[in-house]
Amino acid sequence: MGEEPLSIGALTDLIQPFVGRAGGLISALRSIQSRIGHLPPDTEAAAATAFNLTRAEVKGVISFYSDFTRAPKGRIVIRLCAAEACQAQGGRALQSEIEKRLALKPGKTSASGDLTLEHVYCLGLCSAGPAAMVGGQLMAKASPEKISAAFDACQRARK
Amino acid sequence: MTAPRTYFVPLDSVAVALGADETADAIAASGAKVIRTGSRGMHWLEPLIEVEIDGARHGFGPVDPGDVATLTTAAGAPNFAAHPKYVGAIEALPYFRRQKRLIFARCGVVDPKSVDDIRAHGGAQGLQKALTMTAANICGEIAESGLRGRGGAGFPAGIKWKTVEGAKADQKYVVCNADEGDSGTFADRMIMEGDPFLLIEGMTIAGIAVGATQGYIYLRSEYPVAAEILNAAIGAAYEAGLLGPDVLGSGKRFDLEVFVGAGAYICGEETSLLNSLEGKRGEVRAKPPLPALEGLFGKPTLVHNVLSFCAAPAIIAEGAKAYHAIGVGRSTGTMPFQLSGDIKYSGLFEAPFGLTLRDLVEDIGGGTRSGRRVRAVQIGGPLGAYLPPSLFDTIIDYEGLAAIGAGVGHGGLVIFNDGVDLLEQARYAFEFCAEESCGKCTPCRVGAVRGVEVMDRIRDGDYHAKNLEVLADLCELMVDGSLCAMGGMTPIPVQSAVRHFPEDFAFPPKGRKIAGSEQAP
Repeated sequence: MGEEPLSIGALTDLIQPFVGRAGGLISALRSIQSRIGHLPPDTEAAAATAFNLTRAEVKGVISFYSDFTRAPKGRIVIRLCAAEACQAQGGRALQSEIEKRLALKPGKTSASGDLTLEHVYCLGLCSAGPAAMVGGQLMAKASPEKISAAFDACQRARK
Repeated sequence: MTAPRTYFVPLDSVAVALGADETADAIAASGAKVIRTGSRGMHWLEPLIEVEIDGARHGFGPVDPGDVATLTTAAGAPNFAAHPKYVGAIEALPYFRRQKRLIFARCGVVDPKSVDDIRAHGGAQGLQKALTMTAANICGEIAESGLRGRGGAGFPAGIKWKTVEGAKADQKYVVCNADEGDSGTFADRMIMEGDPFLLIEGMTIAGIAVGATQGYIYLRSEYPVAAEILNAAIGAAYEAGLLGPDVLGSGKRFDLEVFVGAGAYICGEETSLLNSLEGKRGEVRAKPPLPALEGLFGKPTLVHNVLSFCAAPAIIAEGAKAYHAIGVGRSTGTMPFQLSGDIKYSGLFEAPFGLTLRDLVEDIGGGTRSGRRVRAVQIGGPLGAYLPPSLFDTIIDYEGLAAIGAGVGHGGLVIFNDGVDLLEQARYAFEFCAEESCGKCTPCRVGAVRGVEVMDRIRDGDYHAKNLEVLADLCELMVDGSLCAMGGMTPIPVQSAVRHFPEDFAFPPKGRKIAGSEQAP
């Protein structure tokens, strides 16, 4: 993920391959976000022009889906499953323990910008919960210790 | 020197999340051959490694990289069964032998990206037969099989197929709902990761039957492994002539692509899914018009869950009569049940309809992993009922569960031990609905928020009796007034919890912690 802001032209280049395809706007937004980690403000204008939509329509799509974010996230994202199957395996206790250890509420990014903590509803690992995702890696039978070790490994990998 | 031994290591997300990639790397580093497969569904043993010895696949699990050195030594020795991680010949294990695997027959056996491997294991036989049949005959077979939609509603598949087939349009679509968002369900993910060709074959049969040349798989973004494998399998299917302008030399066209969603539970609702696939907000559409007549881009569209499409190849290959003979009453065929929560033998168990809840929870699932008492089972996902052990003799089929106010849903069972607080679970049902409601209709959008508030007042004893009445009233309104199942079925977990576990809704609470109750693992 590059850190430098993308020009509207560069955004348009990322959007263009998806014009005219089913669900093209969503795929285009996904493409931008996977490239730079969030959807910068110019995304709305660039996508509106490319798909012949109003900016409000594009904004409406961005705000509807929980994957899309207009603000940059932390360099490492920790996602914890909050759904029933994980609740039945100690998920609630894990959530409060992680929130306490990180001193961070779900949906928030640490002041250092190192990490974002998120809730998700189901990662499909229900049979071996509680489930988590640390820096894009799936984790089953998650524990504070395993999450902490995975986070440290992600940080080392970045340096 | 003998050829290096072959090890089968799952690439399934659960196995990977438990370290299967590291184990696979360690085995490969020892000089052995590694083939990555789907999972057999025995998730308490993952990573479950298989080795072919004397013509049978023998399992070892759970295997972490530290076990690899002794494993590779043991696998070459006559007394391999003495290895501490040895579990037996996989297909002779009781958990496996008691199943009837129609959908999951190849999952965990084959290399999911290899067309050759799939065809060596009976792949594409349904499609080949379908290409010799008329469209009306294919739809007729699906109808006669008695197959009902596996996504949750249980609508007869044959009626949908015939409706789309009979619709006149310049373009029709086949859309697979792979937005498997229900907690406690993972069968779609497992089959897409372990045998994607089955889904490709089922959708191609459907396309040929209803006259659609384009198919889409709407996949949730939480399943990146499935996305990668599906795309690889679709590429291989094009190369092998299973997809494209001339399916298996028949002159018939069927194109297929994967569309990845963007994180919205509601997109598992078919009309919301279609809006999302059009690149819009995933808001629910009013029905009618039915998607079968006016679906994707306003064209006739056959929308099914992954498992519904995956049932089609066997129905066509073996005939509707053979399929209809499996199961009970109006619930024909098999259902891949998914066991999770506090359960000893967690995973996937495919069986004909007709088992009881007790069979699955106590016998097959082995009771709780923690050793605590089972207090409740939620069947059918976040919109499914919480049931107490006194109802465990209920037979699991569409009618049997409907009679006790529950549903099969997508076949997921989440087991809760006696640490569960059903008031917290009922509150969570509203919280989840508030979070995931698309916002189109008021009963769902506002009702869910009011539901959380009412539940807090009941918990805190604030006008307790009156708020229980308000809750009943709110649930009735959501059931009657919501546009789709999200708002319309959220009252099911809530009301089943109140009905079967009234002690958790009493005030003052009896032996219940007032706040922060928690399930111990």
